[in-house]
Amino acid sequence: MAYVSNTDEERRQMLDALGMESVDELFEDIPEDLRCGETDVPEGRSEDAVHRHLHWLSEKNAAHLTLFLGGGFYDHYTPAAVDALLRRGEFCTPYTPYQAEVSQGTLQAIYEYQTAICRLTGMEVSNASLYDGGTALYEAMMMALRITGRNKIIMDSGVSPIYRNMLQCYTSNLKVDFVEVPVRHGQTRRDLVAESLDDETAAIILQNPNFFGVIDNHSDVARMAHEVGALAVMSCYPVSLGLLKTPGGMDMDIATGEGQSLGLPLSFGGPYLGFMATRREFIRKMPGRIAGATVDREGNRRYVLTLQTREQHIRRESATSNICTNEALCALGALIYLSLLGREGLKQVAGLCADKAEYARQRLEAIPGVEVMRGAPTFNEFCVGLPIDAGEAVGRMIEQGFAAGFPLGRYYPEMSRYLLVAVTEKRTKAEIGRFADALEGVL
Amino acid sequence: MKLIFEKSQPGRRGFVFDPSDVPAQAELPDEYLRDEDAELPEVSELDVVRHFTRLSQRNFSVDTNFYPLGSCTMKYNPKFLEDVARLEGFAGLHPLLPQLRLGGMLTQGALQLLHHAGRLLGEITGMAAFTMQPLAGAHGELTGTMLIAAYHRHRGNRKTKLIIPDSGHGTNPASAAIAGYDVVAAPTNERGVVGTDAVRELLDDDVAGMMLTCPNTLGLFNAQVKEIADLVHSVDGLMYYDGANLNAILGRARPGDLGFDLVHLNLHKTFGTPHGGGGPGAGPVGVVERLVPFLPSSVVTKRSDGTYALNYDIPQTIGYVAPFYGNFAVILRAYAYILRLGREGLREVADNAVLNANYLLGRLREHYRVPYDRTCMHEFVISASRQKENGVSALDVAKALIDRGFHPPTVYFPLIVDESLMVEPTECESKETLDAFADAMIEIARLAEENPESLQQAPHGPVTRLDEVAAARKLDVCYQPDGE
Repeated sequence: MAYVSNTDEERRQMLDALGMESVDELFEDIPEDLRCGETDVPEGRSEDAVHRHLHWLSEKNAAHLTLFLGGGFYDHYTPAAVDALLRRGEFCTPYTPYQAEVSQGTLQAIYEYQTAICRLTGMEVSNASLYDGGTALYEAMMMALRITGRNKIIMDSGVSPIYRNMLQCYTSNLKVDFVEVPVRHGQTRRDLVAESLDDETAAIILQNPNFFGVIDNHSDVARMAHEVGALAVMSCYPVSLGLLKTPGGMDMDIATGEGQSLGLPLSFGGPYLGFMATRREFIRKMPGRIAGATVDREGNRRYVLTLQTREQHIRRESATSNICTNEALCALGALIYLSLLGREGLKQVAGLCADKAEYARQRLEAIPGVEVMRGAPTFNEFCVGLPIDAGEAVGRMIEQGFAAGFPLGRYYPEMSRYLLVAVTEKRTKAEIGRFADALEGVL
Repeated sequence: MKLIFEKSQPGRRGFVFDPSDVPAQAELPDEYLRDEDAELPEVSELDVVRHFTRLSQRNFSVDTNFYPLGSCTMKYNPKFLEDVARLEGFAGLHPLLPQLRLGGMLTQGALQLLHHAGRLLGEITGMAAFTMQPLAGAHGELTGTMLIAAYHRHRGNRKTKLIIPDSGHGTNPASAAIAGYDVVAAPTNERGVVGTDAVRELLDDDVAGMMLTCPNTLGLFNAQVKEIADLVHSVDGLMYYDGANLNAILGRARPGDLGFDLVHLNLHKTFGTPHGGGGPGAGPVGVVERLVPFLPSSVVTKRSDGTYALNYDIPQTIGYVAPFYGNFAVILRAYAYILRLGREGLREVADNAVLNANYLLGRLREHYRVPYDRTCMHEFVISASRQKENGVSALDVAKALIDRGFHPPTVYFPLIVDESLMVEPTECESKETLDAFADAMIEIARLAEENPESLQQAPHGPVTRLDEVAAARKLDVCYQPDGE
């Protein structure tokens, strides 16, 4: 069933108006030898049959595991009001608000979202969203290359390897020179950064908290970058900003991040939300939609998409980016989440994450043979060294009902005994206790 | 309407988490902490629900209004898709699970879905394999141009140019440029398409390929498409199909049979997933056999025992274009939509979309200039150039439609038609809706002659015409309370 409204009789009337016998006549521009026969797509099924099939598939996934798995994607609680509002057809079924007079709902929401992102990150301007944290970081890198006219990128190896792989992929056909700077005890090495920075450097790319969960104050790194005319770019975890020093507070030039933790489901990898914020002076170099305030003929405050001359539908091959469809509904979800939590709620959830993670770290540290990577402070994720291969331990923990964390050996072969453990506000003291007991049992 | 920030009352809470059940921990050192709280709104849950409900009511949407926005395929989005996307076994599934040891077995349902969805799209488009990773149409284009580059690198070809018609979506040249290619624009001929002669003229050994939308943004099918493909192939170029307009030919023709080597699809256009006010979408890319080795990592494979696995061992892969497996919850909606429609339903989509467009064009033909007056496919472009002589622009027509309860068509695109209005009614709309829209358009054409001033003032409310120039000149993109 194709969700068509017209009856056979109405189709007849429409064909009559066109002076045609059959719909086939409308397709005569397609040369006969190029038309396809019947495709091997199954016959249509009823709504409840498709629903049953999808339900059956969903049951073949282990979504019941208690998650101590993060890696940049976290199991937070989402207040019910977020999804209730996102399901409204008036938000869900329009397109990009090109016709501002009949899109004030979406446009005001984007303006509010941009404001929320600026306040969260301590930056001056934000766009309306990008696809995800990885593509946002790629766009930030491209922006830095454009702004500086240079082609060298210094990459801190604390940046998510998932994102570093993406940046490598996107630059395979471009002339970008990557220099990767290793971390020590999970922390950015200032000495190596200083050696690598030069007057050909477009940007240094950092992450806070980094992939190991380690937090840092990169103010000095930003200063070092600025001294050679390079930009400082930081990917960050928005929930942590309820507590942690902001990229703006560290004098970063561009802040990006993955917004999934702001009320969006894990959904096996998407749709997520890339956010980006920068200095006001760089706004014309920033990719993506931007909503701005203006007035209507009566002088009322209204909103439109602005600075569209940066964009592909006007500038074509000279645009700042090729992005068109972004993640508007996900950005709206993040805005609703941040509005519900408010300034106190965001502080509370960040505090809960940090406290529970620290408690879990102490519980795991008490297990004989388990060693916790110390020396650098962490937020809600931390590395533990196990007496056995971490991948093996995770496999055993699944049988106990836990996704125990991410074995670092996958991306850092020399760390095969290390497990990256994430704790959110959803994990109770009892769950953390059972988790520690189970881990002790499988080692 | 006040901003949510302007509704803030110190101390008001919208959501409170359980207090901590673990012992209090030592605080993090000050140097790592933010100096001031994030100034987020302090509002109640009711404040939030009422604020956003009222905001939503200030939008036109497919659920509330006819939305004939050309090239965007604003079809009805079935409600059950929203339910299946929220099944806990999908929504709660962590994307790193399959990367754990034996983890693939924890996500068999999701992997099977991705695999099956790719096969169905392959069948629909005539492609050998799909990557589901690209996160939107333009992201698919970027992935596609990187695949083209990888192919030529592998062949030892030195290619620098991509041919793109002057009627192509703006994303085409933008995607080509950021992947490192020079763009060569192919002119549209008097029939409204790119002819073989134009392609022949532009063709040389530097041409890496050509990006084509078919039917194009004028809603016209290029009957010479196969000849064009043969020409491009003759210099070892690749043919890229921009799938934005696939809705027109579902079940009637397949890009693979037309001579294309790669295709991206916009699942949010053709396959019924909601546009979300500007995303999320999904832009899977399909390729012919000889490009399969270059597909992004990872690839979902089916094992001989019937289980599914992620293969990361792809020696010639272009790498990782997305963090994981694509916009999974969008892909699963499109998958459910395809299963629901089936083979016959997909063909009904094209048949009804094309019939609706031609019927509407027939009703408007006498009242607006039709720059390329032929049988159209799923959409058509008319021009307000005649109305412009009386001072009524395409923009005025668009705003006058708003007064009559219709979302305007796409205006001023494609760029090759002056005062263009690009109309795509989709298969879902009824004859009475099309008639009501045609009546409104005809009335506007009449007013353009009799009383043009009345149209230049449109829309008349509740929101009157906006000053876009002022917005760009006096940039205000982040709320600052007065006095700060």
